[in-house]
Amino acid sequence: MAVATVTIDGMTVQVPAGTTVLDAARSIGIKIPALCYDPDLSSVGACRICVVEIEGSRNLPASCVTACTDGMVVRTDTPAVAEARKAILELLIANHPLDCMTCEKSGTCLLQKYCYEYGVSSSPFQGDRHEFAIDDDNPFYVRDMNKCILCGRCIRACEEIVGRSVLDFSYRGFNTKAGPFMDTPIRDSDCVYCGSCIAVCPVGALEEKKMIGKGRPWEVEKVRTTCPYCGTGCVFDLNVKDGRIIGVTSTDGDVNGRFLCVKGRFGYQFVQSGDRLKTPLIKKNGEFKEATWAEALNLIAGKFKETKEKYGSDAFGALSSARCSNEENYLLDKFTRAVIGTNNIDHCARL
Amino acid sequence: MAGLATSFGSGAMTNPINDVNDSELLFLTGTNATEAHPIIGYKMRQAHRRGAKLIVIDPRRTELAEEADYWLQIKSGTDIALLNGLMHIIIKEDLQDKKFIEERCENYEALEATVAKYDPEYVSEVTGVPVNILYEVARLYATTKKAGIYYTLGITEHICGVRNVMSCANIAMLTGHLGKPNTGVNPMRGQNNVQGACDMGALPNVFPGYQNVNNDEIRAKFEKAWGVALDGKVGLKIPEMFEGANHGTVKAMFILGENPVLTDPNSNHIRSGLKKLEFLVVQELFLTETAEYADVILPSASFAECDGTFTGTERRVQRVRQAIVPLPGQANWQTLNQMMIRMGCLTNYKHPGEIWDEMASLTPSMAGINYERIDKDGLVWPCPTCDHPGTPILHTATFSRGKGLFQGIEHVPPGEMPDQDYPFLLNTGRILQHYNVTTPYSAGIMTLWNEEYAWVNPDDACELDVETGDRIRVSSRRGECSSKVRVTDRVPKGMVWMSFHYTASQTNAVTSHILDPTSGTGEYKVCAVKVEKLAS
Repeated sequence: MAVATVTIDGMTVQVPAGTTVLDAARSIGIKIPALCYDPDLSSVGACRICVVEIEGSRNLPASCVTACTDGMVVRTDTPAVAEARKAILELLIANHPLDCMTCEKSGTCLLQKYCYEYGVSSSPFQGDRHEFAIDDDNPFYVRDMNKCILCGRCIRACEEIVGRSVLDFSYRGFNTKAGPFMDTPIRDSDCVYCGSCIAVCPVGALEEKKMIGKGRPWEVEKVRTTCPYCGTGCVFDLNVKDGRIIGVTSTDGDVNGRFLCVKGRFGYQFVQSGDRLKTPLIKKNGEFKEATWAEALNLIAGKFKETKEKYGSDAFGALSSARCSNEENYLLDKFTRAVIGTNNIDHCARL
Repeated sequence: MAGLATSFGSGAMTNPINDVNDSELLFLTGTNATEAHPIIGYKMRQAHRRGAKLIVIDPRRTELAEEADYWLQIKSGTDIALLNGLMHIIIKEDLQDKKFIEERCENYEALEATVAKYDPEYVSEVTGVPVNILYEVARLYATTKKAGIYYTLGITEHICGVRNVMSCANIAMLTGHLGKPNTGVNPMRGQNNVQGACDMGALPNVFPGYQNVNNDEIRAKFEKAWGVALDGKVGLKIPEMFEGANHGTVKAMFILGENPVLTDPNSNHIRSGLKKLEFLVVQELFLTETAEYADVILPSASFAECDGTFTGTERRVQRVRQAIVPLPGQANWQTLNQMMIRMGCLTNYKHPGEIWDEMASLTPSMAGINYERIDKDGLVWPCPTCDHPGTPILHTATFSRGKGLFQGIEHVPPGEMPDQDYPFLLNTGRILQHYNVTTPYSAGIMTLWNEEYAWVNPDDACELDVETGDRIRVSSRRGECSSKVRVTDRVPKGMVWMSFHYTASQTNAVTSHILDPTSGTGEYKVCAVKVEKLAS
């Protein structure tokens, strides 16, 4: 494979030909800010915040769409680069609600992060501001396009990852807006609510509705786990605050990466449903009565022993579960075979 | 599973999910991946858009069928005839992988003799697929190097489910599409831990790791570890248990996290069996239709409340972690352990990791997997030792059973076809937004998708005088249910398609009583029904 040797901020690195300057820099630990860039999506060079200086280049190229060539000398930290990035941030926030104190994204927002890094707290540019209506007429998303920076990540995720192309840019110029065809509310679109757009949005424009106001990122414990729905084995983080699950966010599963479907991302609510059974129930005269664990387990042990003595072990049958863990299945298997003494155990693998 | 176990010696997906990414040909049969396995569906779409050919075999026009290079809209229940027809052409045109057949497989003559009868004209008549398409698809599959077969319940939920699976194995062996990256025969499992439940021996004939209960040596190993004498007789499958319950030979049952009343076929038979039991214990999250029949209900902790592992469809064992305190006060493994202790099995487990380790110590294919090793990314079995990296691709050098077994398999028509009294064919499946029985408890999902819509072809809708939103009654010789209608040409004329997610529309009161004789799987994909318009 052809290799390019490049020097970035005085460090020399060899990368496969075709590697972008941004990826080469990140591979040796040099941080370059980027808003529209996403490693899982195609690069478009839209936001320009990743500009760098390259010797022999007349302007400041966007590093996410500039391929390394052999002998290239790159500077990422010159005054000209810093000034350009600062100006880009000032332009971006000229039309951005600076409501970070209540914005759900605060703490994980890339725009906020870069403004902090480059000392941008307000914009010298004054002009029109968007007053888009917030689209929240659906159970899962809140879409506040006033906060959108038009990076296009949501559009590319919907097209390139999910393959649905529900989202695109509407209108032109200042009026440009990311959203469904004909700028309809998401509820009237062909959206399947997989939440991939939310997973890639770098700012507070796209949020999980149920997580709003539930806690700041630094207050939330993230518990890596495996999805309880189909057999794909997607991995995600359960977000827990004060002993309650407040939502599901993406992590880096080997199979699914950061992407999920509507069930994985929004189907967790059954866990905290008010309909959950919380105490053992024993049926007396046709009605279920609450019981203690000891009462229920003693009754079960007694009855199963009685069945075994009276009719033999094979009068017992166990249905195990394709929803339950390996450990639970193993225990029921051992219970059926070793404790009851029958091989009458099965589960719905054949469904 | 029984099908692949017979052909290859192992009944699991042969290749990893991420093999979809670099495939050159995806051969999808009886699978609606974008809805039932959405993340795998995303990958299939991406691969297709990067240039992989896409063949979709399905009587319904699914999303992937719409995009496919070839959509074979076969008549329901004609998969074997189709696959035999494709193999007939492959052999006729000398496109089979002779080296692979010679070195890796056996009983080829039986296959050759059977498929010789399936000439394209006959197969076209049986399946409804045009002759020229049969030729094109057969050539494409046989001559594409990175070609993988993917299927789900559209293959297995038939009277001939096991034989359908073995036919898929036949065509993959015939073309040598096995044991290499981006090939294989890949059943995609429908539930988070259906692979794991099988692996753990929640089956009447095997201990964990598919070790036969009727093998004396293996039984001796488990007897030593568990400290009791064990029965060597194969136990009852689910349908046999309910048969036993109905006939009074099965008297007591323990049902963990399943709702057979809603999900098993011919549910009236299940209900009567449950009613006849002398003692029924159900461990569940919710008061389900099945739990209503229990004498004792034990509350379950959900996946978010217990530590443990799930094994995904690609045989990958991954961690599940406790995020919140169990709502019933204790984890399920604790409940099961307490029940065992009360009945005299005195092992007191302190953590699920100990349960896993005990299982792994008895199961050679998982002996190298432990919680420490799977902390982040999981491991794919077989993984026999602690320095083994796992086995994403099966059958690379030899098949699990030694040689791959070809079998001559004849077309078997569905057990019940439409007739004068019940003129429609009912096909069932899952929709994207729901998953058998837990999603209806997630408020957000139920806001948008809260009732059944039976799919009816526009021609039939005209004859029945129904429009989208009207109500119909769907009835079979076994039972009936009602549903709203969605008029759509995604289903062919003569077919009604329904999901089975809603208590208010219990589709499985209607579905067939007919089972695959080997696996005991219900024929959910075909039964005869009649449809009547209801006053709205």
